[in-house]
Amino acid sequence: MHKATNCTKAVEMIPDGATLMIGGFLGVGTPSRTIDEIIRQGKKNLTIIANDTGRPALGIGKLIVAKLVKKVIASHIGTNPETQRQMIAGELEVVLTPQGTLAEQIRAGGYGLGGVLTATGIGTTVAEGKQVIEVNGKPYLLELPLHADFAIIAAHRADYHGNLEYALTARNFNSVMAMSADVVIAEPEHIVPIGVISPDAVITPFCCVDYIIERCN
Amino acid sequence: MDEKVIIAKRVALEMKSGTLVNLGIGLPTTVANYLAPGLDVYFQSENGIVGLAPAPQDGMVDPDLTDAGGGFVGAIPGAASIDSALSFGLIRGGHLDVTVLGGLEVDELGHLANWTVPGKMIPGMGGAMDLVSGAKKVIVAMQHSAKGKSKILKRCTLPLTSVRRVSLIVTELAVLEPTDAGLVLKEVAPGVTIEQVIAASEATLIIPEKVGVMPISENDAVAAKA
Repeated sequence: MHKATNCTKAVEMIPDGATLMIGGFLGVGTPSRTIDEIIRQGKKNLTIIANDTGRPALGIGKLIVAKLVKKVIASHIGTNPETQRQMIAGELEVVLTPQGTLAEQIRAGGYGLGGVLTATGIGTTVAEGKQVIEVNGKPYLLELPLHADFAIIAAHRADYHGNLEYALTARNFNSVMAMSADVVIAEPEHIVPIGVISPDAVITPFCCVDYIIERCN
Repeated sequence: MDEKVIIAKRVALEMKSGTLVNLGIGLPTTVANYLAPGLDVYFQSENGIVGLAPAPQDGMVDPDLTDAGGGFVGAIPGAASIDSALSFGLIRGGHLDVTVLGGLEVDELGHLANWTVPGKMIPGMGGAMDLVSGAKKVIVAMQHSAKGKSKILKRCTLPLTSVRRVSLIVTELAVLEPTDAGLVLKEVAPGVTIEQVIAASEATLIIPEKVGVMPISENDAVAAKA
Protein backbone atom coordinates (compact mmCIF):
# COMPACT_ATOMS: atom_id res chain seq x y z
CA MET A 1 0.00 0.00 0.00
CA HIS A 2 1.14 3.53 -0.52
CA LYS A 3 0.41 6.35 1.89
CA ALA A 4 0.79 9.43 -0.26
CA THR A 5 -1.92 12.05 -0.10
CA ASN A 6 -2.05 15.79 -0.55
CA CYS A 7 -2.03 18.62 1.95
CA THR A 8 -5.69 19.49 1.46
CA LYS A 9 -7.00 15.97 2.13
CA ALA A 10 -4.65 15.46 5.06
CA VAL A 11 -5.67 18.66 6.80
CA GLU A 12 -9.37 17.99 6.15
CA MET A 13 -9.05 15.08 8.59
CA ILE A 14 -8.17 17.44 11.45
CA PRO A 15 -11.23 18.61 13.42
CA ASP A 16 -11.45 21.93 15.25
CA GLY A 17 -10.23 21.54 18.82
CA ALA A 18 -7.70 18.82 17.94
CA THR A 19 -4.40 18.34 19.77
CA LEU A 20 -1.48 18.49 17.35
CA MET A 21 2.15 17.69 17.89
CA ILE A 22 4.19 19.64 15.36
CA GLY A 23 7.87 18.95 14.76
CA GLY A 24 10.65 21.46 14.31
CA PHE A 25 13.07 23.70 16.16
CA LEU A 26 12.72 27.40 15.34
CA GLY A 27 11.32 26.45 11.94
CA VAL A 28 14.05 23.93 11.10
CA GLY A 29 12.35 20.60 10.43
CA THR A 30 8.89 22.16 10.65
CA PRO A 31 6.21 20.92 8.21
CA SER A 32 5.53 24.35 6.71
CA ARG A 33 3.22 23.37 3.82
CA THR A 34 0.86 21.56 6.15
CA ILE A 35 0.87 24.52 8.55
CA ASP A 36 -0.04 26.86 5.68
CA GLU A 37 -2.90 24.54 4.75
CA ILE A 38 -4.21 24.45 8.35
CA ILE A 39 -4.34 28.24 8.19
CA ARG A 40 -6.04 28.19 4.77
CA GLN A 41 -8.71 25.80 6.09
CA GLY A 42 -9.04 27.85 9.29
CA LYS A 43 -8.89 25.04 11.86
CA LYS A 44 -9.77 26.48 15.26
CA ASN A 45 -9.16 26.00 19.00
CA LEU A 46 -6.10 23.87 18.43
CA THR A 47 -3.81 22.62 21.19
CA ILE A 48 -0.22 22.61 19.94
CA ILE A 49 2.59 20.56 21.46
CA ALA A 50 5.92 21.68 20.03
CA ASN A 51 9.42 22.72 21.03
CA ASP A 52 8.75 26.39 20.33
CA THR A 53 6.32 28.70 18.55
CA GLY A 54 8.73 29.74 15.80
CA ARG A 55 8.65 33.35 14.74
CA PRO A 56 5.56 35.37 13.77
CA ALA A 57 6.09 34.69 10.05
CA LEU A 58 7.81 31.32 10.47
CA GLY A 59 6.51 27.83 11.12
CA ILE A 60 4.20 27.33 14.10
CA GLY A 61 4.30 31.09 14.70
CA LYS A 62 1.91 31.56 11.80
CA LEU A 63 -0.77 29.49 13.59
CA ILE A 64 -0.40 31.73 16.66
CA VAL A 65 -0.65 34.91 14.60
CA ALA A 66 -3.75 33.51 12.84
CA LYS A 67 -5.31 32.96 16.31
CA LEU A 68 -6.11 29.32 15.66
CA VAL A 69 -4.50 28.09 18.87
CA LYS A 70 -6.05 27.99 22.35
CA LYS A 71 -3.24 26.18 24.18
CA VAL A 72 0.47 25.66 23.63
CA ILE A 73 2.79 23.24 25.42
CA ALA A 74 6.35 24.28 24.52
CA SER A 75 9.81 24.88 25.95
CA HIS A 76 10.45 28.26 24.38
CA ILE A 77 8.30 31.12 23.09
CA GLY A 78 10.94 33.85 23.22
CA THR A 79 11.29 34.25 19.46
CA ASN A 80 7.59 34.93 18.97
CA PRO A 81 6.40 38.14 20.67
CA GLU A 82 2.83 37.40 19.54
CA THR A 83 2.75 34.20 21.65
CA GLN A 84 3.84 36.21 24.68
CA ARG A 85 1.32 38.97 23.92
CA GLN A 86 -1.60 36.51 23.62
CA MET A 87 -0.46 34.71 26.77
CA ILE A 88 -0.26 37.91 28.84
CA ALA A 89 -3.63 39.08 27.42
CA GLY A 90 -5.19 35.79 28.54
CA GLU A 91 -6.11 34.76 24.99
CA LEU A 92 -3.76 31.79 24.91
CA GLU A 93 -2.87 29.21 27.54
CA VAL A 94 0.86 28.44 27.56
CA VAL A 95 2.52 25.61 29.47
CA LEU A 96 6.29 26.12 29.53
CA THR A 97 8.20 22.88 29.94
CA PRO A 98 11.95 22.21 30.01
CA GLN A 99 13.01 21.00 26.58
CA GLY A 100 14.40 17.68 27.73
CA THR A 101 11.31 17.02 29.82
CA LEU A 102 9.05 17.82 26.87
CA ALA A 103 10.99 15.37 24.69
CA GLU A 104 10.65 12.68 27.36
CA GLN A 105 6.93 13.33 27.91
CA ILE A 106 6.36 12.88 24.20
CA ARG A 107 8.59 9.82 24.12
CA ALA A 108 6.77 8.32 27.11
CA GLY A 109 3.45 8.89 25.34
CA GLY A 110 4.63 6.95 22.34
CA TYR A 111 6.58 4.25 24.12
CA GLY A 112 3.77 3.11 26.38
CA LEU A 113 5.27 4.45 29.59
CA GLY A 114 3.29 5.84 32.50
CA GLY A 115 5.63 8.81 32.83
CA VAL A 116 9.26 9.63 33.40
CA LEU A 117 11.30 10.68 36.44
CA THR A 118 13.65 13.61 35.93
CA ALA A 119 15.73 15.78 38.26
CA THR A 120 15.19 18.71 35.90
CA GLY A 121 12.86 21.29 37.45
CA ILE A 122 13.17 20.10 41.06
CA GLY A 123 12.88 23.12 43.37
CA THR A 124 11.71 25.44 40.58
CA THR A 125 8.30 26.70 39.44
CA VAL A 126 8.20 23.74 37.04
CA ALA A 127 7.72 21.41 40.02
CA GLU A 128 4.50 23.11 41.18
CA GLY A 129 1.67 20.60 41.45
CA LYS A 130 3.83 17.66 40.44
CA GLN A 131 4.61 14.53 42.40
CA VAL A 132 8.17 14.18 43.71
CA ILE A 133 9.43 10.60 43.90
CA GLU A 134 12.64 9.67 45.67
CA VAL A 135 14.84 7.01 44.10
CA ASN A 136 18.01 5.95 45.92
CA GLY A 137 17.77 9.07 48.05
CA LYS A 138 17.54 11.46 45.12
CA PRO A 139 14.35 13.44 44.35
CA TYR A 140 12.84 13.33 40.87
CA LEU A 141 9.76 14.93 39.34
CA LEU A 142 7.16 12.61 37.89
CA GLU A 143 6.40 13.97 34.42
CA LEU A 144 3.37 12.47 32.72
CA PRO A 145 3.20 11.27 29.12
CA LEU A 146 1.87 13.43 26.30
CA HIS A 147 -0.24 12.11 23.47
CA ALA A 148 -1.83 13.88 20.51
CA ASP A 149 -4.65 13.32 18.05
CA PHE A 150 -2.28 14.13 15.19
CA ALA A 151 1.48 14.41 14.83
CA ILE A 152 2.50 16.56 11.90
CA ILE A 153 6.15 16.03 11.21
CA ALA A 154 8.74 16.98 8.62
CA ALA A 155 11.23 14.55 7.12
CA HIS A 156 14.00 14.68 4.53
CA ARG A 157 12.95 11.62 2.53
CA ALA A 158 10.06 9.23 2.75
CA ASP A 159 9.32 6.14 0.72
CA TYR A 160 5.72 5.40 -0.27
CA HIS A 161 5.59 2.86 2.52
CA GLY A 162 6.15 5.61 5.10
CA ASN A 163 9.74 4.97 6.15
CA LEU A 164 11.41 8.27 7.06
CA GLU A 165 14.89 9.71 6.91
CA TYR A 166 15.82 13.06 8.39
CA ALA A 167 18.46 15.70 7.65
CA LEU A 168 20.89 16.98 10.30
CA THR A 169 19.24 19.17 12.94
CA ALA A 170 15.89 19.02 11.14
CA ARG A 171 15.22 15.74 12.95
CA ASN A 172 14.83 17.22 16.47
CA PHE A 173 11.33 16.38 17.80
CA ASN A 174 9.99 14.86 14.56
CA SER A 175 11.11 11.28 15.13
CA VAL A 176 10.00 11.43 18.77
CA MET A 177 6.52 12.70 17.86
CA ALA A 178 6.10 10.03 15.19
CA MET A 179 5.44 7.57 18.03
CA SER A 180 2.97 9.60 20.04
CA ALA A 181 -0.17 10.42 18.07
CA ASP A 182 -3.24 8.61 16.83
CA VAL A 183 -2.61 9.79 13.27
CA VAL A 184 0.87 10.64 11.99
CA ILE A 185 1.17 12.86 8.93
CA ALA A 186 4.67 13.22 7.49
CA GLU A 187 5.68 16.01 5.15
CA PRO A 188 8.90 14.92 3.43
CA GLU A 189 10.99 17.02 1.07
CA HIS A 190 11.24 14.05 -1.29
CA ILE A 191 9.27 10.86 -1.79
CA VAL A 192 11.28 7.96 -3.18
CA PRO A 193 10.27 4.46 -4.34
CA ILE A 194 9.94 1.76 -1.68
CA GLY A 195 13.33 0.17 -1.07
CA VAL A 196 15.42 3.22 -1.90
CA ILE A 197 15.91 4.03 1.78
CA SER A 198 17.91 1.15 3.22
CA PRO A 199 16.64 -0.44 6.43
CA ASP A 200 19.72 0.82 8.28
CA ALA A 201 19.00 4.42 7.25
CA VAL A 202 15.36 4.41 8.38
CA ILE A 203 14.90 6.46 11.55
CA THR A 204 11.10 6.31 11.71
CA PRO A 205 9.74 2.94 10.55
CA PHE A 206 6.76 2.83 8.19
CA CYS A 207 4.42 1.34 10.79
CA CYS A 208 4.38 4.66 12.66
CA VAL A 209 3.39 6.78 9.68
CA ASP A 210 -0.17 7.02 8.36
CA TYR A 211 0.07 9.60 5.58
CA ILE A 212 2.79 11.11 3.40
CA ILE A 213 2.19 14.57 1.98
CA GLU A 214 3.04 14.83 -1.70
CA ARG A 215 4.88 17.86 -2.96
CA CYS A 216 2.05 19.39 -5.02
CA ASN A 217 -1.59 19.70 -4.05
CA MET B 1 39.68 44.64 26.62
CA ASP B 2 35.93 44.48 26.03
CA GLU B 3 34.07 43.07 29.05
CA LYS B 4 32.55 40.23 27.08
CA VAL B 5 35.93 39.33 25.55
CA ILE B 6 37.46 39.09 29.04
CA ILE B 7 34.68 36.69 30.08
CA ALA B 8 34.91 34.55 26.93
CA LYS B 9 38.72 34.31 27.12
CA ARG B 10 38.63 33.28 30.76
CA VAL B 11 35.91 30.66 30.22
CA ALA B 12 37.91 29.28 27.28
CA LEU B 13 40.70 28.38 29.72
CA GLU B 14 38.31 25.97 31.47
CA MET B 15 38.03 23.82 28.32
CA LYS B 16 39.90 20.51 28.30
CA SER B 17 40.80 18.21 25.44
CA GLY B 18 38.48 15.30 24.79
CA THR B 19 35.42 16.89 26.37
CA LEU B 20 31.90 17.48 25.09
CA VAL B 21 30.68 21.03 25.63
CA ASN B 22 27.39 22.88 25.16
CA LEU B 23 27.66 26.64 24.69
CA GLY B 24 24.57 28.75 25.27
CA ILE B 25 23.36 31.40 22.87
CA GLY B 26 25.00 34.85 22.98
CA LEU B 27 28.16 35.46 24.98
CA PRO B 28 28.77 31.75 25.74
CA THR B 29 28.89 30.98 22.00
CA THR B 30 31.89 33.32 21.62
CA VAL B 31 33.98 31.14 23.97
CA ALA B 32 34.69 28.93 20.94
CA ASN B 33 36.66 31.83 19.39
CA TYR B 34 39.28 31.81 22.15
CA LEU B 35 40.18 28.14 22.59
CA ALA B 36 43.86 27.31 22.84
CA PRO B 37 45.21 26.03 19.51
CA GLY B 38 45.24 22.26 19.27
CA LEU B 39 42.61 21.74 21.96
CA ASP B 40 40.27 18.86 21.03
CA VAL B 41 36.95 20.12 22.33
CA TYR B 42 33.70 18.85 20.82
CA PHE B 43 30.52 20.88 20.84
CA GLN B 44 26.97 19.66 21.24
CA SER B 45 23.93 21.71 20.39
CA GLU B 46 20.69 20.61 22.03
CA ASN B 47 18.67 20.90 18.83
CA GLY B 48 20.41 17.75 17.72
CA ILE B 49 24.05 17.78 16.66
CA VAL B 50 27.22 16.46 18.25
CA GLY B 51 30.28 17.92 16.54
CA LEU B 52 29.10 21.44 15.87
CA ALA B 53 31.46 23.70 13.89
CA PRO B 54 31.45 27.49 13.44
CA ALA B 55 29.24 29.22 10.90
CA PRO B 56 30.17 28.09 7.39
CA GLN B 57 31.53 30.42 4.77
CA ASP B 58 29.35 31.95 2.09
CA GLY B 59 27.80 29.34 -0.17
CA MET B 60 28.25 26.51 2.33
CA VAL B 61 25.10 26.94 4.43
CA ASP B 62 22.78 23.97 4.84
CA PRO B 63 19.34 25.23 5.97
CA ASP B 64 18.87 21.98 7.90
CA LEU B 65 21.94 22.62 10.07
CA THR B 66 21.55 25.26 12.76
CA ASP B 67 22.46 25.80 16.39
CA ALA B 68 19.91 26.12 19.19
CA GLY B 69 19.52 29.82 18.43
CA GLY B 70 18.48 29.07 14.86
CA GLY B 71 21.75 30.38 13.39
CA PHE B 72 23.42 28.49 10.57
CA VAL B 73 26.43 26.45 11.67
CA GLY B 74 28.76 23.81 10.32
CA ALA B 75 29.61 20.32 11.48
CA ILE B 76 33.01 18.67 11.81
CA PRO B 77 33.84 15.54 9.81
CA GLY B 78 32.59 12.76 12.07
CA ALA B 79 29.71 14.76 13.50
CA ALA B 80 26.46 12.99 14.38
CA SER B 81 22.87 14.19 14.12
CA ILE B 82 20.46 13.05 16.83
CA ASP B 83 16.87 13.59 17.93
CA SER B 84 15.80 15.78 20.85
CA ALA B 85 15.25 12.86 23.25
CA LEU B 86 18.78 11.54 22.68
CA SER B 87 20.17 15.05 22.80
CA PHE B 88 18.77 15.60 26.28
CA GLY B 89 19.75 12.08 27.26
CA LEU B 90 23.32 13.22 26.63
CA ILE B 91 22.71 16.33 28.74
CA ARG B 92 21.01 14.68 31.72
CA GLY B 93 22.75 11.33 31.53
CA GLY B 94 26.28 12.39 32.40
CA HIS B 95 27.60 12.48 28.82
CA LEU B 96 27.99 16.26 28.63
CA ASP B 97 31.15 17.48 30.37
CA VAL B 98 30.58 21.22 30.40
CA THR B 99 27.78 23.69 29.78
CA VAL B 100 28.36 27.43 29.58
CA LEU B 101 25.28 29.61 30.10
CA GLY B 102 24.45 33.25 30.55
CA GLY B 103 22.80 34.45 33.74
CA LEU B 104 20.42 37.08 35.09
CA GLU B 105 21.30 36.41 38.76
CA VAL B 106 23.55 34.07 40.76
CA ASP B 107 23.55 33.85 44.54
CA GLU B 108 25.62 32.74 47.54
CA LEU B 109 24.16 29.24 47.28
CA GLY B 110 25.42 29.00 43.70
CA HIS B 111 21.86 29.06 42.39
CA LEU B 112 21.30 30.46 38.91
CA ALA B 113 18.28 32.36 37.60
CA ASN B 114 18.39 32.90 33.85
CA TRP B 115 15.08 32.06 32.19
CA THR B 116 12.40 34.55 33.09
CA VAL B 117 11.60 37.97 34.51
CA PRO B 118 7.96 37.46 35.50
CA GLY B 119 5.65 40.03 33.96
CA LYS B 120 8.36 41.38 31.68
CA MET B 121 10.14 38.64 29.81
CA ILE B 122 8.74 35.14 29.55
CA PRO B 123 10.74 33.43 26.84
CA GLY B 124 10.62 29.98 28.42
CA MET B 125 13.47 27.89 29.74
CA GLY B 126 14.27 26.03 26.52
CA GLY B 127 17.06 23.64 27.42
CA ALA B 128 18.52 25.69 30.30
CA MET B 129 16.95 23.74 33.18
CA ASP B 130 18.13 20.39 31.80
CA LEU B 131 21.61 21.78 31.11
CA VAL B 132 22.08 23.20 34.61
CA SER B 133 20.61 20.10 36.27
CA GLY B 134 22.45 17.61 34.09
CA ALA B 135 25.85 18.74 32.80
CA LYS B 136 28.87 17.55 34.78
CA LYS B 137 30.21 21.10 35.05
CA VAL B 138 28.11 24.27 34.85
CA ILE B 139 29.87 27.56 34.09
CA VAL B 140 27.93 30.81 34.26
CA ALA B 141 29.38 33.46 31.93
CA MET B 142 27.84 36.86 32.55
CA GLN B 143 28.56 40.49 33.29
CA HIS B 144 28.91 41.28 36.99
CA SER B 145 26.17 43.93 36.96
CA ALA B 146 23.26 45.03 34.81
CA LYS B 147 22.05 48.64 34.70
CA GLY B 148 24.21 49.46 37.74
CA LYS B 149 22.74 46.60 39.82
CA SER B 150 24.85 43.67 40.94
CA LYS B 151 23.88 40.27 39.51
CA ILE B 152 25.85 38.48 42.26
CA LEU B 153 23.27 38.39 45.04
CA LYS B 154 22.77 37.01 48.54
CA ARG B 155 19.68 35.22 47.24
CA CYS B 156 18.22 35.19 43.74
CA THR B 157 15.02 37.22 43.40
CA LEU B 158 14.00 35.73 40.04
CA PRO B 159 12.63 32.20 39.52
CA LEU B 160 15.50 29.69 39.65
CA THR B 161 16.71 27.65 36.71
CA SER B 162 17.82 24.85 39.02
CA VAL B 163 18.55 24.25 42.70
CA ARG B 164 21.75 22.51 41.69
CA ARG B 165 24.82 24.56 42.59
CA VAL B 166 26.72 25.82 39.56
CA SER B 167 30.44 25.04 39.32
CA LEU B 168 31.97 28.38 38.40
CA ILE B 169 30.94 31.99 37.71
CA VAL B 170 33.04 34.08 35.34
CA THR B 171 32.43 37.82 35.00
CA GLU B 172 34.49 40.69 33.55
CA LEU B 173 35.71 41.38 37.10
CA ALA B 174 36.22 38.01 38.73
CA VAL B 175 36.09 34.23 38.85
CA LEU B 176 33.87 33.00 41.69
CA GLU B 177 33.47 29.45 42.92
CA PRO B 178 30.35 28.49 44.87
CA THR B 179 31.20 26.23 47.83
CA ASP B 180 29.42 24.90 50.93
CA ALA B 181 30.68 28.00 52.78
CA GLY B 182 29.62 30.49 50.09
CA LEU B 183 31.10 32.25 47.06
CA VAL B 184 34.88 32.12 47.01
CA LEU B 185 36.76 34.76 45.04
CA LYS B 186 39.28 32.73 43.03
CA GLU B 187 40.62 35.34 40.59
CA VAL B 188 40.27 38.96 39.63
CA ALA B 189 40.55 40.30 36.08
CA PRO B 190 43.82 42.05 35.15
CA GLY B 191 43.83 45.55 36.65
CA VAL B 192 40.86 44.88 38.94
CA THR B 193 41.24 45.00 42.74
CA ILE B 194 39.62 42.69 45.29
CA GLU B 195 37.88 45.75 46.76
CA GLN B 196 36.31 46.54 43.38
CA VAL B 197 34.90 43.02 43.15
CA ILE B 198 33.53 43.19 46.70
CA ALA B 199 31.95 46.58 45.96
CA ALA B 200 30.34 45.27 42.78
CA SER B 201 28.82 42.23 44.54
CA GLU B 202 25.71 42.29 46.70
CA ALA B 203 26.65 38.82 47.95
CA THR B 204 29.22 38.43 50.69
CA LEU B 205 32.35 36.96 49.13
CA ILE B 206 34.84 34.69 50.82
CA ILE B 207 38.32 36.10 50.20
CA PRO B 208 41.08 33.48 50.53
CA GLU B 209 44.65 34.40 51.39
CA LYS B 210 45.70 34.09 47.78
CA VAL B 211 43.52 35.49 44.99
CA GLY B 212 44.86 34.93 41.50
CA VAL B 213 44.71 37.14 38.43
CA MET B 214 42.96 35.82 35.33
CA PRO B 215 45.75 34.53 33.06
CA ILE B 216 44.49 36.32 29.97
CA SER B 217 45.86 39.14 27.84
CA GLU B 218 45.09 41.25 24.77
CA ASN B 219 47.38 39.02 22.72
CA ASP B 220 45.58 35.72 23.30
CA ALA B 221 44.75 33.75 20.21
CA VAL B 222 41.52 34.88 18.56
CA ALA B 223 41.54 32.15 15.93
CA ALA B 224 38.16 30.56 15.42
CA LYS B 225 38.45 26.83 15.92
CA ALA B 226 36.58 24.19 14.04
